Amino acid sequence: MPYTPERPALTESSEQLRARIPGWGADLNREDRPSVPKLDRGEGTGVPGEFPERQPEKWPRERSIEHKFLTPVFGTSCPPHGLSGALRKYSYRKYSEGRAAHWLLLLGADRVDAWEQHLRSFLTLRPDNPITETGVLSEFTRHGISSRFGKKRADVKHQWLDPFIVAGPWLLMAALVWSVVRKASRSRPARRTELAN
Amino acid sequence: MVYRGPYKVRVEEKDMPVIEHPGDAIVRVELASICGSDLHLYHGMMPDTRVGMTFGHEFIGVVEEVGPGVRNLQRGDRVMVPFNIFCGTCWFCARGLYANCHNVNPNATAVGGIYGYSHTCGGYDGGQAEFVRVPFADVGPVVIPNWMDEEDAVMLTDALATGYFGAQLGDIVENDVVVVFGAGPVGLYAAKSAWLMGAGRVIVIDHLEYRLEKARAFAHAETYNFAEYDDIVVHMKKVTDHLGADVAIDAVGAEADGNFIQHVTAAKLKLQGGSPVALNWAIDSVRKGGTVSVMGAYGPMFSAVKFGDAMNKGLTLRMNQCHVKRQWPRLFEHIRAGYLKPSEIITHRIPLEHIAEGYHMFSAKLDGCIKPLVVPNAG
Ligand SMILES: [Zn+2]
Ligand SMILES: [Zn+2]
Repeated sequence: MPYTPERPALTESSEQLRARIPGWGADLNREDRPSVPKLDRGEGTGVPGEFPERQPEKWPRERSIEHKFLTPVFGTSCPPHGLSGALRKYSYRKYSEGRAAHWLLLLGADRVDAWEQHLRSFLTLRPDNPITETGVLSEFTRHGISSRFGKKRADVKHQWLDPFIVAGPWLLMAALVWSVVRKASRSRPARRTELAN
Repeated sequence: MVYRGPYKVRVEEKDMPVIEHPGDAIVRVELASICGSDLHLYHGMMPDTRVGMTFGHEFIGVVEEVGPGVRNLQRGDRVMVPFNIFCGTCWFCARGLYANCHNVNPNATAVGGIYGYSHTCGGYDGGQAEFVRVPFADVGPVVIPNWMDEEDAVMLTDALATGYFGAQLGDIVENDVVVVFGAGPVGLYAAKSAWLMGAGRVIVIDHLEYRLEKARAFAHAETYNFAEYDDIVVHMKKVTDHLGADVAIDAVGAEADGNFIQHVTAAKLKLQGGSPVALNWAIDSVRKGGTVSVMGAYGPMFSAVKFGDAMNKGLTLRMNQCHVKRQWPRLFEHIRAGYLKPSEIITHRIPLEHIAEGYHMFSAKLDGCIKPLVVPNAG
């Protein structure tokens, strides 16, 4: 009860818990808990004070401008390429991690990358396949319907919205294009009548 | 596996990874797993996730090749690899903050290096593959003890270590009331670990009945399905005599599926760096002066966190990625003593060829899926 100084009573005592739960209290002593994430000098597993040898840089590796230099070791998956690569390189060159623009540009580049690669895949022997790559067939093999309904899942309540949210921007765009085209085609005859008068 | 864009992955032949630094090793993967945080990548929420990247930061395998600088490992060793990539010598590693290593991620200073976790985490390919490059092989990997089950070992590379870490961050004292948001693998392990640290009551909140069932059976927890309550925060106050919990653990991270607005702005439109609904519930449900522990994954994008409430309530907020390797000695002891059997939460074993179905099933929470393993060369 927060209205009085006493702690609410627990339904089980420590002894009862110790009997019921394997290992209860094994790490009760806070001083003895290993690896508590506080500053802990001298715990490094390497040679102290040693700067690692440098991994060769095979292409101009993009890096955060918050770093003094390229870190001695880095990943080499997926070098930047195309328009998405240009966006990424610009974002790394221009903005620190503190700037929303940095992350938004990178996210934007991710969407561009997906489209670039998607289109490129049609020039290969293995075009993208929305059925095999999204794994939707598991809806049939993994109880898609019975996993979702009658289970009190919170996400199912607003799942009906998803098609609208996903398709919505496309539909809006289509409506916009349609109205612009219609306006353009209407305004032309109108101008002609003006001229005729 | 490679990423092909949001909600799309496929299996592709890629070039064999090579030694790029004298401290590297190449590991042939025996067992990997899909993690809840992989779903942020899969859903296209994590900035700089590039098409063609291989995911997977939880894996064990056999050393295939070592670089000239590697002393402690040799070809043929069976190793478990912590998800953090770290050098062991920088300012942060020297202080045990392996997750915050400064020498492995050129793409950002705010986050360390992680296998298969976008370029924001260093651009390393991950372990949902046949082979993987392991940098600083003398520092991260550990030879799997003979007595340890391989499925337990793969759980130690992230989920179990992170769950235990979440409970540690809560700084639990005897009889504390601990509430865990999220009954995924990390939440289940956090709930279990809270008992080891002497909690007097452990409550788990989720909306998936099969996961809550696991929380009761595996983690001996008291459980509530938030979908059954108008306002889970009010319910939490009621069941804690209106005091609130002493410790709240956010084991959900971004993309929690809460109310309508959160579902739209975060989970779907991606206007926030993930939905902070679980974190906000944690802030609201903990008592004044309590501790909120966060080790659910959040990306670098901003989220609408209820900071004012945290301030006014005098909360202690503690968070980080788990420094996995520091947890191992104690967790090995607990597993040996029989206090923990991590592989009990594994529900599915998926051949690498079927990984697209695996991701869809895990993402859509079909078939009672809690933790899927990925088995290369299962054929
Ligand atoms: Zn993980
Ligand atoms: Zn380091």
